[in-house]
Amino acid sequence: MSTANASAGSATAPTSGIESLPFSRALNAGLRRALADNDRVLLMGEDIGPLGGVFRVTEGLQAEFGANRVLDTPLAESGIVGTAIGLAMAGFRPVCEIQFDGFVFPAFDQITSQLAKITNRHEGALRFPVVIRIPYGGHIGAVEHHQESPEAYFTHTPGLRVVSPSTPNDAYWMIQDSIASDDPVIFLEPKSRYWPKGDVDTTARALPLHASRLVRRGTDVTLVGHGAMVATLLQAAALAESEGTSCEVIDLRSLSPVDYGPILDSVRRTGRMVYAQEAPGFTSLGSEISATVMERAFYALEAPVLRVSGYDTPFPPAKLEGKYLPDADRILEAVDRALAY
Amino acid sequence: MTPTENSVRPVSTVADSAVVRVLAADGTLAPTPAAERYLEVVDALTDAEVEGLYRDMVIIRAFDRQATNLQRQGQLALWPPSLGQEAAQVGSARAARPQDHVFPSYREHVVARIRGVDPIDIIRVMRGLTHGGWDPTDPRNGNTHIYTLVLGSQTLHATGLGMGLVFDGRCGTGDLERDEAVIVYYGDGASSQGDVHEAMVFAASYRTPQVFFLQNNQWAISVPVATQSRSPLYKRGEGYGMPSIPVDGNDVLASYAVTKVALDEARAGDGPRAIEALTYRMGAHTTSDDPTKYRTSDEEESWARRDPIARMSAFLRAKGAGDEFFADVEAEAEAVAEDARVRTTQLGDIPTDVMFDHVYSDPHPLIVEQKAAFTAYESSFEEGAS
Repeated sequence: MSTANASAGSATAPTSGIESLPFSRALNAGLRRALADNDRVLLMGEDIGPLGGVFRVTEGLQAEFGANRVLDTPLAESGIVGTAIGLAMAGFRPVCEIQFDGFVFPAFDQITSQLAKITNRHEGALRFPVVIRIPYGGHIGAVEHHQESPEAYFTHTPGLRVVSPSTPNDAYWMIQDSIASDDPVIFLEPKSRYWPKGDVDTTARALPLHASRLVRRGTDVTLVGHGAMVATLLQAAALAESEGTSCEVIDLRSLSPVDYGPILDSVRRTGRMVYAQEAPGFTSLGSEISATVMERAFYALEAPVLRVSGYDTPFPPAKLEGKYLPDADRILEAVDRALAY
Repeated sequence: MTPTENSVRPVSTVADSAVVRVLAADGTLAPTPAAERYLEVVDALTDAEVEGLYRDMVIIRAFDRQATNLQRQGQLALWPPSLGQEAAQVGSARAARPQDHVFPSYREHVVARIRGVDPIDIIRVMRGLTHGGWDPTDPRNGNTHIYTLVLGSQTLHATGLGMGLVFDGRCGTGDLERDEAVIVYYGDGASSQGDVHEAMVFAASYRTPQVFFLQNNQWAISVPVATQSRSPLYKRGEGYGMPSIPVDGNDVLASYAVTKVALDEARAGDGPRAIEALTYRMGAHTTSDDPTKYRTSDEEESWARRDPIARMSAFLRAKGAGDEFFADVEAEAEAVAEDARVRTTQLGDIPTDVMFDHVYSDPHPLIVEQKAAFTAYESSFEEGAS
C-alpha cells in the first residue's frame, strides 16, 4: 500500500478518529487492514470475490488485493479448511469464510481432528494461524441451517480459540487480532448485528482478544452473554431498571478461553447471575460457565446461576424463532427468579 | 449384499495394456505399450541407482518385519505393515526431488526413510510416545510431513501447500532443479473419502504442482476394492481433468519412471497428476487385523508370485549382480532391523506433563491452570508429601 493512500485517509489504514460503521463494514475495514499490513494474509471462501460474500463483508477486497489474496474457492467447506491448513504450512495466514453456521459441519473433521490438534501433533514445530469466520445465530427469518449457534462444538475442542464480537468496534479489532493469533480461531459473527451501526475507533484497540467486557454497571443481578445476545441483555437491563432492578451486563467476547475475572468480580458484588445464549442449553457454553461460577463464587451467590437458552430442539421454522430465541422477557423472568431466592 | 457377494461380482478392472509395466513378474524386461514413453527415464538410471532401488526395498522389508515382531513382543501398540508395497513406495519416493514435499498416509515407512526420516520416529508413534514423530521443517527429514490417520485428510493439506507454491511462484519457472512439487499418498479405501474428491477439485482448479499417488493394495482392512469403486480408480482423476496413469505398483522401475515424469510435469506448471499403483498388501492391515477372515490363501499366493522384491532380484541377477551384492544388501537390511530393535528397547518414558505442551502456540489460561493442578496432584504422591 502506498503512502499516498494512507495520507488520503483510506479505510486501508485509518490514521485517526472515530467512524460510525455498520458491523459488516467494520469487519470489512478490519480485513482490509489485515490484508494491507501482511501480505501472507489470504481470504478464502464461497462467493467472497466479486459478490463480496452473501453478507457483503468482503466487498471490494478482491478488486483491491487480487484473486490470489481473496479466493473464490470451489464450493466445498472441508476443502476450504483442509487447504487452508496446507496454506498455513506454506507460511500463509488464511481467513476462511463459512457462508452460514449450518454449513460448517462438512468442515467439522478438518477443524476438529486436523486444525485443532495439528500443532500439538507437530509438537509445536508448525503453527496454524487459520481464522474461520462463521456468520451465526438467528433473528433473520432464514430457512433451516441458516440460524444456528454452533459455538459449543468448538469450545469443547482443545486447540481452538473461539471469539465472538458484539459491536462494530470489536468486529474491527477482534478480526485483526484473530488473524494475528498463531493459533486457529473460530470467529463467530452475530449475523443479526451486521447492519446496526456503532462507533469504531480505528486508532487503538480497547481490549485484548480474549478479554470479557463490562458493558453496563449494575448492583442486583449480573447478566452474561455474547454476540447478538448482548443487545438483548442490554434491552432487558433497561426494562429491569424501569422496574427498579439494577442489572450489570458482561459481554463474554471470548468463548474459549473464557475471561472469568470480570464475571467473578461482578457476581461477588451482585450475588446473582443469569446467562443467556441462543444455542440449545444442554451441555452448552452456558452450562460450563454457570458451573464454573458456582464453583468459584459459591459463597458470594444468593441464588444459583440461572440459564436462558434456545430450547433443546432443532432451530424451529423461522416463524417460531421469536419464541425459540431468548428475548428480554425470558431474561427478565430469570432475573425475577434469581431475585426470589 | 454380503461382502462375499460383493467381492466376487465382476468389476471393471484395468486393462493390462493400459498399465505401465517395465518388468514382468518373473523379472524379465517386457515393457507394456503404455510403458514406451517412460523407457528413457528408466534407461537414464545408473546401475548403482537401479541396485539402490532393490536395496531400499529389502531394507524396509526387514525393518517392517522387525517392527511387526516388536509389536508381537509387546514393544509397540500397533504396526501397519508395508509388506508387499515396497516397489510402489520406493519407486515414487526415489522419483521425488530434494525440494519436493511429501505427504504420507500411515504405511509409507520406506518413503519416510528415503526422504531422511529416522524410522525410529515412526516406531515412537506406534509405541505411544508421540502423535507426530518428526519435524517436517527439519532439513534432515526431507520435507516429509507426518503421518495422518484420518483417511484422506492429508490430500487437502497437500493441495493447500501446492496452492501456496503456486501463489509464491515456487513452481512453473522452468527450472526443474528448483521448482517444487508435492506428492500425496493415499489408498483405495481413502479414495472413497470426500476429502480426496475435494482435494482433486481444488488441485485441478488451482493447477497445483501435485501428484496424487494412490496405492491400490486391493483391501481397505477387510473390504475389497470392488466395494469402493466399480471402475478403475485411476479413471477418477481424469474426471477432475487430471492426466491419470495406472502403473504396476509391484514394478519399482515403472513406479519410479511414472512418478518422475508426473512430478516433473506438475512442477513445470502443467497441473496435477494422478497415479494408481496396483499393488497388494501382503500382510495384515495392522497387527490387530486377521486377513484369514476375509481373503483366500489362493489370492495371497497369486500376489506372492508378483512379489516386488523377487521380481527385482531376478532382474538384477540377469543383469549380472552376484552373490556378493545380494549378501551385502541382506547384511545391511539385517543391521537396520537389529538397530531398530535395540533402539526401540532403549526408548525411555516421556514426561507426564508433556500432554499440556503445544496444545496452543500462544499461552492459554486453561492449560496453564490445568498443568499446575496436575503437577500439584502428581507431586502429592511423592514421598514426604503431606
